[in-house]
Amino acid sequence: MLKIENLHARVEGKEILKGLSLSVNAGEVHAIMGPNGAGKSTLGNVLSGRDGYEVTAGSVTYNGIDLLALEPEVRAAAGVFLAFQYPVEIPGVNNTYFLRAAFNAQRKARGEKEFDSMQFLKLVREKLKVMQISDELLHRAVNEGFSGGEKKRNEIFQMAVLEPQLAILDETDSGLDIDALKHVADGVNALRSPDRAFLMITHYQRLLDYVVPDFVHVLADGRIVESGDKSLALKLEEHGYAGLGEGAAA
Amino acid sequence: MNDTMTRESITAAATLRDNAGVAEALGRSYAAGFVTEIEMTGLPPGLDEETVRQISAIKQEPAWMTEWRLEAYRHWLTMPKPDWAKLKIDPIDYQAISYYAAPKAGPKSLAEVDPTLLETYEKLGIPLHERAALAGVAVDAVFDSVSVGTTFRKQLAEAGVLFCSMSEAIREYPELVQKYLGSVVPTGDNFFAALNSAVFSDGSFVFIPKGVRCPMELSTYFRINAQNTGQFERTLIVAEEGAHVSYLEGCTAPKRDENQLHAAVVELVALEKAQIKYSTVQNWYPGDENGVGGIYNFVTKRGDCRGDDSKISWTQVETGSAITWKYPSVLLRGDRSVGEFYSVALTHHYQQADTGTKMIHLGKHTKSKIVAKGISAGRSSNSYRGLVKMEKGAEGARNYTQCDSLLIGKKCGAHTFPYMEVKNPTAIVEHEATTSKISDDQMFYCRSRGIGEEDAVSMIVDGFCKQVFRELPMEFAVEAKKLLEVSLEGAVG
Repeated sequence: MLKIENLHARVEGKEILKGLSLSVNAGEVHAIMGPNGAGKSTLGNVLSGRDGYEVTAGSVTYNGIDLLALEPEVRAAAGVFLAFQYPVEIPGVNNTYFLRAAFNAQRKARGEKEFDSMQFLKLVREKLKVMQISDELLHRAVNEGFSGGEKKRNEIFQMAVLEPQLAILDETDSGLDIDALKHVADGVNALRSPDRAFLMITHYQRLLDYVVPDFVHVLADGRIVESGDKSLALKLEEHGYAGLGEGAAA
Repeated sequence: MNDTMTRESITAAATLRDNAGVAEALGRSYAAGFVTEIEMTGLPPGLDEETVRQISAIKQEPAWMTEWRLEAYRHWLTMPKPDWAKLKIDPIDYQAISYYAAPKAGPKSLAEVDPTLLETYEKLGIPLHERAALAGVAVDAVFDSVSVGTTFRKQLAEAGVLFCSMSEAIREYPELVQKYLGSVVPTGDNFFAALNSAVFSDGSFVFIPKGVRCPMELSTYFRINAQNTGQFERTLIVAEEGAHVSYLEGCTAPKRDENQLHAAVVELVALEKAQIKYSTVQNWYPGDENGVGGIYNFVTKRGDCRGDDSKISWTQVETGSAITWKYPSVLLRGDRSVGEFYSVALTHHYQQADTGTKMIHLGKHTKSKIVAKGISAGRSSNSYRGLVKMEKGAEGARNYTQCDSLLIGKKCGAHTFPYMEVKNPTAIVEHEATTSKISDDQMFYCRSRGIGEEDAVSMIVDGFCKQVFRELPMEFAVEAKKLLEVSLEGAVG
């Protein structure tokens, strides 16, 4: 589904990604771990098309097409979703209204029929049940005055409604207490499916206790330096990031 | 939705997006910028005492009215042009303006109204016939200077409500007009108010008698059509003891390269326990993207909370006009009276707006609330200017002012000029102001969810204006939102 080859990217003239390669198939959950400044968030931002990230070499193909050539909203319509590390507040814009606008914009771009408010409300109700989120959240403005945990849960809720094919979770576990973390993990697990892939960017392995990944990759200094299964994360927990990468070919 | 996305469908998504861009670019012209071709009669350009007399004569006004106008005219001659606003205004040649224009055939009822005219209203979406009944709106449509049709007169009359054109009111209810006209905005109040008093050609008159709640929203659509015509309407709304009324005016004007002058005066009088809600959606032609043409909108609007426990609320959405100069104000004379001002002012391209309010607290425990939202895009300039005055007798009076500016792009400006005068130590004045930009983070957040750039801007702006839109009657809130979208097209990128 996703094939990243020798990706080099710069932010404000500074090279952050230095030849990153990664393959993700439908149905797989990949965890990207690594120390601060390794380029984890940069990867998420490059994949979703944020301004200010300059790709200098390499390629990203998504379902066989050049992902990097598409505008962010087209990527979204094509099924790429980024759960933000710091979800953005949009004062005065109702959460449900925002979500419906996004949902319908994506459907329109794909040439599908848009949902009217009744249809959409029905869909939202169903998703609320699965996500165990109170509908009070829906009536508030997008992320405005939300607690850290509420913001992250709202991201997962958006993901549940938009049903992406490739979900990138950027440090979704950061700043969450254990209960909130469990809620978020339950939400992610509920969305796991054979045709959906996850890229979970995280600093700590504790999220992986709840969302068990198929693959774990260590990102250091702009490249994947080691890949393995769940046990790699446990090894990292024990030994830290120092001294990693020796096992991988440079 | 979980089906694997094919290359074709992704390309289709991209193509759809591009096509939408083209369609938007094509639709970017001023939607109300058509000209109605009907025969006009009017006065030649120029202004002197004779012009004033002629206007009064055409309107078959009583002698006192003619004198009233002449007095205003003479006062106007002595007044300097105001130059204190943060506006760049080219000199206006008052002798080059025609002060009276009217469709040739004077219509007496809707059935007699020129069909071209009705078509115009239809293009503007004004519910004049049965549509009005469905929408529950009574419309007094002012086409240039003459009111062509007033709907729902009968139903309103049964409730005791008088709703007619100002010309009719002067003829049919002279005592009421004489009692209240100029009692809130005196003829010599300011340069443009004096000019209006001398030459106003029509407008709306509303009278809600004691204890009556007006059974429907009242609405007037003004439209400037004739070329080189200044439109000077005069509106007077009186709510007697305990009466309630909600009034909406919407304004559009066709596209012209010349600047046109619009100098209106609106007076509101609220007696004891009366409530008046006055909403404006102003979409006069703003000029083109190079700043050519557009309406000069110099308006004096003032409400007088004359009685105790009365309330006057102004809500305005200002998206049009090349230059907007207006400060809907409230005189809080009655004890415990309440004044409100909710405003959204949007400027784009080379538009200039200097707008705000004045809340003059005279009575005890009077309250006022000001929520002003300014949105600037392109090379426009948008200023909020507000005065809150607590006079000596304003025991325990309170004011809350919130002033927010939103900037789109790097070449526009937003300014806030709050003035406060507090002469009573028990009065409390609060002022909050913010200036923000649509952040890159907000834009990316929307786009990463699939919402395109222009829609994202509209959505963020709409959220920014929410507090004000909430105050508008439902159907007009929808219209206001659409208007902002249209006005902001091309503001990004």
